[in-house]
Amino acid sequence: MSLTLKLNGQTHSVDAEPGTPLLWVIRDELKLTGTKFGCGVASCGACTVHLNGEPVRSCQTYIEDVEDAEITTIEAVGDDKIGAAVQQAWVELDVVQCGYCQSGQVMSAVGLLSENPKPSAEEIDEYMYGNACRCATYQRIRAGVQRASEILEA
Amino acid sequence: MTINTSRRGFLKGAAAAGAVLLVGARPDGALAAASSETAQFNPFVKIDADGTVTAIVKHFEKGQGPATGLPTLIAEEIGLTMDQIEYEFAPSDPNVYNNLLFGPFQGTGGSTAMANSWLQYRQAGAAAREMLINAAAQSWGVDASGITIEEGIVKAGDKSAPIAEFVAAAAQLEAPAEPRLKDPSEFRLIGNAAVRRKDSAIKGNGQAMYAMDVHLPNQMVAMIKRPESKGGIALGFDDSASKEVKGYISAAVLPNQAGVAVYAENTWAAIQARDALAVDWDMSGAETRDSDQIRSEIMAALDAEPTYNVNKADIGAVSAAIDGADKVVEKTFYFPLLAHAPMEPLNCTIEQTAEGDIVLHDGAQMPTGPHMAYQQIFQLPPEKIHIKTMLAGGSFGRRATPDADYQVEAALAFVVTDRSRPVKLVWTREDDIRSGYYRPAFGHKVRVGLDTDGNIVGWQHQIAGQSVIKGTAFEAVLVHDGVDHSSVEGVTDSPYAIPGMAVGLTDTPKATTVLWWRSVGHTHTAYAMETMMDLVAEAAGRDPVEFRLAHLSDSTNPDQQRKAAVLKLAVEKAGWGNVPTGRSQGIAVHKSFGSYAAEVVEISGDPENGIKIEKVTCAVDCGIAVNPDVVKAQMEGGIGYGIGHVMRDQITLTSGAVDQSNFPDYEPLRISDIAAIDVHIVPSAEAPTGVGEPGTPPSAPALANAIHAMSGVLVAEHPMAENGVSFA
Repeated sequence: MSLTLKLNGQTHSVDAEPGTPLLWVIRDELKLTGTKFGCGVASCGACTVHLNGEPVRSCQTYIEDVEDAEITTIEAVGDDKIGAAVQQAWVELDVVQCGYCQSGQVMSAVGLLSENPKPSAEEIDEYMYGNACRCATYQRIRAGVQRASEILEA
Repeated sequence: MTINTSRRGFLKGAAAAGAVLLVGARPDGALAAASSETAQFNPFVKIDADGTVTAIVKHFEKGQGPATGLPTLIAEEIGLTMDQIEYEFAPSDPNVYNNLLFGPFQGTGGSTAMANSWLQYRQAGAAAREMLINAAAQSWGVDASGITIEEGIVKAGDKSAPIAEFVAAAAQLEAPAEPRLKDPSEFRLIGNAAVRRKDSAIKGNGQAMYAMDVHLPNQMVAMIKRPESKGGIALGFDDSASKEVKGYISAAVLPNQAGVAVYAENTWAAIQARDALAVDWDMSGAETRDSDQIRSEIMAALDAEPTYNVNKADIGAVSAAIDGADKVVEKTFYFPLLAHAPMEPLNCTIEQTAEGDIVLHDGAQMPTGPHMAYQQIFQLPPEKIHIKTMLAGGSFGRRATPDADYQVEAALAFVVTDRSRPVKLVWTREDDIRSGYYRPAFGHKVRVGLDTDGNIVGWQHQIAGQSVIKGTAFEAVLVHDGVDHSSVEGVTDSPYAIPGMAVGLTDTPKATTVLWWRSVGHTHTAYAMETMMDLVAEAAGRDPVEFRLAHLSDSTNPDQQRKAAVLKLAVEKAGWGNVPTGRSQGIAVHKSFGSYAAEVVEISGDPENGIKIEKVTCAVDCGIAVNPDVVKAQMEGGIGYGIGHVMRDQITLTSGAVDQSNFPDYEPLRISDIAAIDVHIVPSAEAPTGVGEPGTPPSAPALANAIHAMSGVLVAEHPMAENGVSFA
């Protein structure tokens, strides 16, 4: 089926069957590869994108359900001040190691700071629980969220 | 291009345009080819006419930091800022880019990237600096000794110019025979904790390109339908249901019949079409073992005479000394199979060029492996095969398969096509968890005797498990007198002065495909050694730190001194012995990959209602810490990797089939599992040693010792969550 997606402020016409995960349309059709495939079962968070500003797992979000939504991916999240602050904090603290999960980490961190500008360590742990990092960069993810919060406060 | 050689082997090639300076090392036996005008010259550093400096990085980047560390060495020696150097990953060329510790083999592993590049890349940078300085000396008519390069600017008295000014002239000069390396007192970048990673920005904004992100024009996505148990043979298939999937192209039995390749226009179509494919399997030769059987075989081996008397001890005498001891401490340990589960599921892409060359796009940990395998599969000479190394989304050992498993699988899926379309092989997480190559299951049985004064009189240590090395191309190099050193490392070569030590090893039968896993044998040997040290200290009525230090007391033995020093630093930084009510600490210290790491784990709660890991304090001595923040990051990651797996993870088999399939049943460490990690680096003037792996071995035994301190129970079997410990 042919449908229209509003993604990163642009309108895209895509051809995909109902039941196709948004992840694969973003990666294989739109060739936006920052959104990652990690598990396919919403258990790792590497595929996190925003749907109307809320983080969702794009591997378990179906294309027919997002036609009216504003979709934001890692490629555009830095256009917003919260996204820019998170990305700045990630660089300042060298959060990344292999980096493969980090698009998803950044998308979730932006979601957290959007609803809670000054989260505690416990609130960060609770919100970011579903974003796995096999390199175990968690300590820096926690610090990165707090640093981004500081940047936004300044 | 001309190539000039010098007696020390440094080379410099000046491109025809005269405006590129390349500096590298002499390829063994390849000098004749390099003298040709058209010969390819593979350097370590390239300086363009505009002064752009590029480090050619021979190690792949899986997060451990060589894309920062190797450019740092060159930038330091030339005199650049980190912003003035770029990096590229080296092509596959084992004559130039071999790991100096691996022989003629290009690859990353064993935490050796910095250790083997340390002098090589500094020398390349230093040679480039001298050539630029000599060119400036000629141009300015001043003595070279009065010229410096700092932050990319060549200076002599009141003259100054960017290095770009001298690239063309430097390219006409002889490479220096013995470039002077900077004295550590001159270092600006090496050891500077403010130096940031080169790959942070692109990994935080989605621009980083992994092999999974390769989209070649007209490519097909291939997935492999594999048997439930390894060793099943595909006889044929029915793809009538697959044909209903939009985007499905075709399917083909792989030439080795290990599976059926399913080709599709995109990844989602490949996933669906593979699910829909029905395969006729011959399972008569497939693996049939259950995990329980593997465990029984290992346990039986621990009770029997070992096949190998590893350290040629008088086992009878040691055993008798223990039998006659005042106290005997005995423990049997079991460590299950573990998957590596790097975040990026395995994948790679193959294309054939118009000239008939084969190009592999891969997060290649050991390029020489697929390079050699492809010569056989494609019947091509080495120069017709090219490997483009992409960023890798983790490995933990999984990409370093001696048989180049997934690259060979991709090649087999490619050769059965007409090769007109590139083939991208993609694994799902289920493929990753279920398709073999595990940390082998191992067992240890340790008996230690103490005299009436609490001194060790004998330490009998039996180890049994499936060898990682035997049967691979590495066997000739890494197995000696029948002993796979990776099965016993960390026990036989422990720096502890332990009197009456006898180490026995028995290889157990092949149960499944096994592979090195972050820190290899140390994953289990450190656990057995360091939990036993606690149990033995307790039996002797001695403090666990004091007891360890008493066995590291030889002031003439640097190995013992360095191990003792990290232990003392961790003790100091952790506030050992000063914990709030309701908390317990455990400590462990271990040497691996040339480095020393001590870790203190502090926990709260209790094993019945849930333990919480409040803090891990780590002290590490890895020689000179080229990038202290990367070293800290590797310790943080190594600790998390070690602890995460012993908490919850194992791979089990039922009739040869893997029971787990994805993260819900192979649960990764989560952000809430460890509240804080605090890493301290011991200052050192020694050459750099490993950092990717040494953080892992002490982490699990330190946790176990903390739980033991809290509850009196030492967990001797993993995962802990299935052996009496619950986690908050």
